[in-house]
Amino acid sequence: MLARARAAVVAQGNLTSFLFVLPALVIFAVFYVYPFLNMVFLSFHEWRGIGPLHFIGLQNYQEIVGDRLWWNSMAHAGYITLIALTFQNALAFGLALACDREIRMKRFYRLVFFIPPVLSEVVVGLMGNWILNPGLQNGQHIGLLNHLLYSSGFPQLVNNWLGDPRTALTTIAIVHSWKGFGWGFIMLLVGLQTIDKQLYEAARVDGASAWKAFVHITVPMMLPVILVVMILTILGSMQVFVLILSMVNEGLVNHTDVPATYILTSMIGNGRFGYACAQAVIFGVILVGVSFIMKRMSDWVKRI
Amino acid sequence: MKINKYILLGLTQSTLTHIFLLSVALTCLFPIFWMVRCAFMTNETVFVDKALIPHVLNFGNFAVAWTKGNFGMYFLNSVIYTAGVVSGLVLIASLAAFAFSRLKFPGKDFIFYMFVAAMMIPLPGSFVALVVLMNKLHLINTRAGYILCMINVGLAMSILLLKTFFDRIPRDLDDAARIDGCGRLGIWWHVALPLARPAIAVIVVFNSLIVWNEYILATLLLSEPQLMPLQRGLMVFQGANSTDYPVLMAGLTMAALPVILIYMVMQKHIVKVLASGEVAV
Repeated sequence: MLARARAAVVAQGNLTSFLFVLPALVIFAVFYVYPFLNMVFLSFHEWRGIGPLHFIGLQNYQEIVGDRLWWNSMAHAGYITLIALTFQNALAFGLALACDREIRMKRFYRLVFFIPPVLSEVVVGLMGNWILNPGLQNGQHIGLLNHLLYSSGFPQLVNNWLGDPRTALTTIAIVHSWKGFGWGFIMLLVGLQTIDKQLYEAARVDGASAWKAFVHITVPMMLPVILVVMILTILGSMQVFVLILSMVNEGLVNHTDVPATYILTSMIGNGRFGYACAQAVIFGVILVGVSFIMKRMSDWVKRI
Repeated sequence: MKINKYILLGLTQSTLTHIFLLSVALTCLFPIFWMVRCAFMTNETVFVDKALIPHVLNFGNFAVAWTKGNFGMYFLNSVIYTAGVVSGLVLIASLAAFAFSRLKFPGKDFIFYMFVAAMMIPLPGSFVALVVLMNKLHLINTRAGYILCMINVGLAMSILLLKTFFDRIPRDLDDAARIDGCGRLGIWWHVALPLARPAIAVIVVFNSLIVWNEYILATLLLSEPQLMPLQRGLMVFQGANSTDYPVLMAGLTMAALPVILIYMVMQKHIVKVLASGEVAV
């Protein structure tokens, strides 16, 4: 009798406790789990957004394998990621090293370098678009960049930066790096500040040069942080696309499209929801794979 | 002589460092200055006048943007979405995090690790599935639909952050509150929430930035102009026939300034989270 009453009390207690999680669980199930499963389900179908579903098995996936434009867009994202990994992260590391010492205005630099990352991609894209404007008015360059190039004696460098297929993607990658380097900077700076300064002192006493100290102390100590920054850079850069939408809009599609814009085109432009879902699945698998490999690398680095 | 050499070396080194840092700082600030500067120009001068301080100043662009450009409406919508998402998020996430940290119920661990996994797995192109879902639920072109979607975006990260924070609050405080007659809800409201204020500040700041800056879901889910937030409004304005650049720059300034101000005020909190590496936007 008593045992049953206690069981009833516990059950009721469990139920009330469960109510605490319920709102989060419902939102998560409806807006995360269901769309995720539905996306996988739809990827095996031909569907135009309305009307009947046609099961077509793996045909969407087969089509992706042979879709030159899809792999082209993947290569574009890879190119942007490569520039972000090298140029952007090198800059972030250099700035972090420069700030990791007794230096005046350190707080000012820290404040300023993180302003671009808090701006939206639309604001940065439209601002960049205006500064890179290729037009001429009364013989004057409208865009600030072309104007500066012209007036500082490099008229041969004046270019239609976003309209020229040779420069469009690189220009986007540089604007993306401008917006993003503050992230790496802050994370690397915090990492540098955890290194015991006595290590450098000891190395100096032993007669090691600044370069040697950098190679044998700074780099090994920083490897875990560097890998985290690299993972975040890869995930962030592969998925960049609002910036591209706001910078080039409809122009130069085949030179600046990335997987995310291509998925958007498949869905909205061509009304092929099933195909768009298959692309999203493939893209997700690739990203998870890459971050898994990077995680493995960072575990391996931590062990040695 | 030798000492002088070292001092000289140190001086050149620090000068070079400052030149490097200052030039990067300048490239960060100058485009923003240029945007604000162009917001104070006229349609005739904006293409040709390249002086740092324009020769003809025009203060009317902001009023034009606010009324004729519809940016007043867009701005208000952005405020509504940001406030709605952030308050909903804090409420829902803190209830769940409190349960994960303090209460017992079947399936607790499983549900919790599901949220952790959700944070680790990138879902690119999830917008396709969300559009399908919102169509099914008839939530396209509703404020509630967009707000719910955006609550979901920040949910896993907020629950994780709050749970680690709640775990650090001593259990003695719960017991004291219980003796005073508090139930579970009472402990959550009177003990856990007030003590978690730093974590809540982080969640509020971060998610405000995310919602304020969000573009793609706003585009796919809200096609009626009365419902559009600022980021979407900017693209609509830019896409419409011949762009009025000074007014566009005024609109951009309106979208950027609140974010920069919030960042400046809350810088300490933001840097703290970034440094922990727990969040990736």
